[in-house]
Order: sequence, then C-alpha cells, then structure tokens
Amino acid sequence: MTANTLTIAAARDALRKREISAVDLTMSCLTAIDAADGLNAFVHKTPEIALEQARAADARLASGGAPAMCGIPLGIKDLFATKGVATQAASNILKGFKPEYESTVTTKLFEAGSVMLGKLNMDEFAMGSSNESACYGNAVNPWRAKGSNIQLTPGGSSGGSAAAVAADLCLAATGTDTGGSIRQPAAFTGITGIKPTYGRVSRWGIVAFASSLDQAGPMTKSVRDAAIFLQAMAGHDPKDSTSADLAVPDFEAALTGDIRGKVIGIPREYRLDGIPAEIDALWTRGIEMMRDAGAEVRDISLPHTKYALPAYYVIAPAEASSNLARYDGVRYGHRAKLAQGDGITEMYEKTRAEGFGPEVQRRVMIGTYVLSAGFYDAYYNRARKVRALIKRDFETVFAEGVDAILTPATPSSAFGLGAMSTASPVEMYLNDVFTVTVNLAGLPGIAVPVGLDAQGLPLGLQLIGKPWDEAGLLNHAYVLERAAGFVAKAEKWW
Amino acid sequence: MSIDIDTARKVAKLARIRVEEEVLPALASELSGILTFMEQLNEVDVTGIEPMVSVTPMRLKRRQDVVTDGGMQDAVLKNAPLAREGFFAVPKVVE
Repeated sequence: MTANTLTIAAARDALRKREISAVDLTMSCLTAIDAADGLNAFVHKTPEIALEQARAADARLASGGAPAMCGIPLGIKDLFATKGVATQAASNILKGFKPEYESTVTTKLFEAGSVMLGKLNMDEFAMGSSNESACYGNAVNPWRAKGSNIQLTPGGSSGGSAAAVAADLCLAATGTDTGGSIRQPAAFTGITGIKPTYGRVSRWGIVAFASSLDQAGPMTKSVRDAAIFLQAMAGHDPKDSTSADLAVPDFEAALTGDIRGKVIGIPREYRLDGIPAEIDALWTRGIEMMRDAGAEVRDISLPHTKYALPAYYVIAPAEASSNLARYDGVRYGHRAKLAQGDGITEMYEKTRAEGFGPEVQRRVMIGTYVLSAGFYDAYYNRARKVRALIKRDFETVFAEGVDAILTPATPSSAFGLGAMSTASPVEMYLNDVFTVTVNLAGLPGIAVPVGLDAQGLPLGLQLIGKPWDEAGLLNHAYVLERAAGFVAKAEKWW
Repeated sequence: MSIDIDTARKVAKLARIRVEEEVLPALASELSGILTFMEQLNEVDVTGIEPMVSVTPMRLKRRQDVVTDGGMQDAVLKNAPLAREGFFAVPKVVE
C-alpha cells in the first residue's frame, strides 16, 4: 500500500506521529497523478507549490499542535480561484486567467497547512452531469463495468474531483454542488461527498454559477474524512454576505455511530417509474440498515418533488445568465479577434460565442429568456414560488420530527462517455432528479457509497439533513457507511 | 410556449452571444424543448405563495460604508486582454 491510498484520518495520525512526512505523502500523490493522465482528472498540475507547502507542513508538524488538515494533499476543483494558478472553470472564456486573489475556501485550507496538488477537471462553469462539457475534454471514471473496457463518465460537474479521489491521486478534493454536482459524481465513483447547508461554506472566490444554489463541499474516501475536511472549509466569512455567522460544531466528534431513536424519513415521491430495480433494492437495503441501527423509519411525503427539476432549470439558468454577464472580453480571459469596423457589441457577441461551450450558451439564453420582459412572471417568479413550496415540504416533515431523509443518490450507475450525446438536454437534466431538491431548499445532503450493481459499478444513497445539522447528518452517514461496509476499489487500468 | 426563429434571434442578441443565422432553427427547437419541460410548473397551485428570495431566513450582514480595500491598479488590470495607461481598453464606444 502506498501513502496516496490513505484516508485523511489515517494520514493525519501518521503525520502527527511522524511515521510519514508530508513531503513523502505529497510525492506519492504526484507520482500517482503523473501515471494517471488517462483519467484527465488533473488539468493544471502544481507540483512546485505542493512540495513547498508540504515542506512547510512538515516544519509545522515537527513543532507540534498542527491542525488536522496539515500536510494533507488535496485536489482543487478548477472553479476555486487560486492565486497565480490557472482558474478556468473549464471554460475557454477564462483561458489564461490567473487570479490575483485566493478563494476563502483555499485560503482556509492553506492556513490549515493543506497541500494543493493541482486543479481538477469539471463541466464548464459547473453546468453538466457528465464532465463532458469541459474545455479540457472529459475526465474519465476509474471504474469500468466487469469485463468491459468502455470508458464511463465520473459524473459531473465535479467529475475530475471524483475521479481523482476514487483513483487515489489525492487524499480528498474540493467540489461544488449547485444541483447535485458533488453527490452525483461521488455516487458514480464510490466515494463520499457532502453538500453543506447553503451558507455554511463561503462562496467568495468560487466562480459563480447560480448564487442562491451554489455551495462548496468536500469529496472524500470516508465519512470521517468528510467531517474533518468540512471542518476546515466551513465558517463565517465577512466577504460572503450569505455565509452564516454560526458556530461550526466539531463534526468529527459527532460521529458516535449512535442513531437510536432517530427518525429517518422515506419520501414516497422518490419512488420513480423506470428506476432500475437495483437502485430500488439498494434503497431498501439502506432502509434496513438504518432500522437495524435502532432508528425509526417513517414514510413521508414531499408532494412538490416532481416540480423540483423544472423549477431548478428556470432558476439556475436565470442566475447563471446574470452571473456570466461579466465574461465580456474586457477585464479577464478571452477576447475575440475583431474585424474592421467591429464595435463593442460585436466584441461582446463574438467573445461570448467563441468562449462559451454549447451547454453554457444554452443555459445563458434560457436564463435570458425567462428573465426577459413579459416572461419574468410566467417563468422566473412562478419557479421561485414553487421553490418556496419545495422548501416548505421539507420544513413540514422536519417539524414533524424527522431527523434525516434517505433516498437514492442517482437514477443509475455511471453511464458511458458519449452515451448521452444524442439525448436531449432535458434527458441529461434528469440525472439531478434526487439531488436538486436539496439545493432548492438550501439543505445539507451527503452521498455515501453503499454497494455495487450487477456490472460491478458503485451505487450510492443520499441522506438529507436539517438546516445547519451537518453534524447529525454526518453521523447518520457514518452509520450507513459502517453498515454497508463498502470497500471496493476500481481496478487499475490507467 | 414554443420559441420561433425570431425569438431565438432576439434571445441570442439579449444574451450578447453571436448565433449564425443557419443555426437559429436548431437553437429555437432546442430552447422550445426545454421550455416545454418547464411548463409542468403551470400545474402547481401557487396562489398566495410569495416567491422565495432568501435561502435561509437571515438578515444579510451590513458593514460601515467605508473604503476597506483598493490601491491595486496593477493587480486589477493584470488579466485584462487589453489595458492602456492604467485603463481597460475596448473598441470605440462613442462615435
């Protein structure tokens, strides 16, 4: 076993005991990364920064009292602004952009002594469910179906993060989740991913997609790692007015493994037609695991579930069209070559046509349409009203004593790269069916790997928690993780 | 509601994205497909429901209205595709 396969928890303990150095740990990840170009997970490698940070971490560890994340090598999604390091949101419109500032999340991680190995692949501007809209080309899932060499999607948008963690290229990675972009790729690659409550983690310095839905979170090899990593990311930030000024509890200490007497809601509206029997069976097994752990399982209703996807695909593009208005070829990134006589309007239009990929263009235009005069009430305001109803559905069941909600994470296991190329955009959007409600309601949600399907591909379940109760949610996830005993790893082919 | 070619052209213009004339029919049909999906929202009774404005019920923080940052012209212009004499440079806007 090499050091790059360690969990954060194991590496932390070994680093503190000086059984391993941060430099050696970092080197083992850098070696694994260089041997894994076939996964296309790391799109900007930063070995010099990593080694410098690792040396500093070793010095800090030697003097004692270093934080838990000190010396831990991480991958950073390309959506986080990293000072002096390419930050492109996987878009050609940000080609060459090197921020003059550091995002709050990466600042906090670096202050805790963490090591950045490089930037990770993703869907362009985090818009996608398969990592196929990236300007870098798609990332590849380390998992393959039994006896097959067909390349599969690692999911999206945090596909590079998921592939890198699942293939042990880093100990953990940052992700972001607007409609499922942490949880769906985590489920597709057999890892853990948590989207915290909206406002738990600062969004400052994260390239904005849909500001009322975006939230960053960790993607890790275990629930304990998610607790440790989230601890280092979370907390109030004066630079993000929507970040919550609330104390951050000790997430790792919350992992007691005791959920006796807790109430687990099973929403009947999540039993969808056409969902593979294997997903349904996995869900049933998960329910039994919670019951065996002493929780009370209760059927619940979230009546507006069906309308979450259409509401999301109004609200998210509307916000995206506003947020992406800043890419105009003036302040940063790409500017189109202009023809004789072209004015500023031609500059905007050509720059944005060249810089944005097809899915981003589509969403910006849909957002523009639903916000335009005459349609604002019919689409955008109606969607926001439906969003209020979706949030109320959750508030009602939590008020009735439900502690957490258990659902499938995805409607299928990982699908083939290119398999959806002839599908309509709406068919791709269906990937988010179980995850998107959580973003609309601003709740915390976590995907935990629970089993393999008949093809030998990982499947995950999702737990949804009460607002600001990541501690309780992580403990429920910990119980599920221990009961499931998921230890399978992708067989190395890359 | 379906989007015709003229509407697609107008939306592209509003979004400041150049779309070639021959691509407009395909774009119109794609956007129409997405809008049809959204029309499910019309089934929901939203009478008396206020549009959601805040994800979590909290008052946004305020701070003193004072300058807290600045004096970094070079850093601000560092990533500009074209900068001249301390300004962002763009094609002529006013004739």
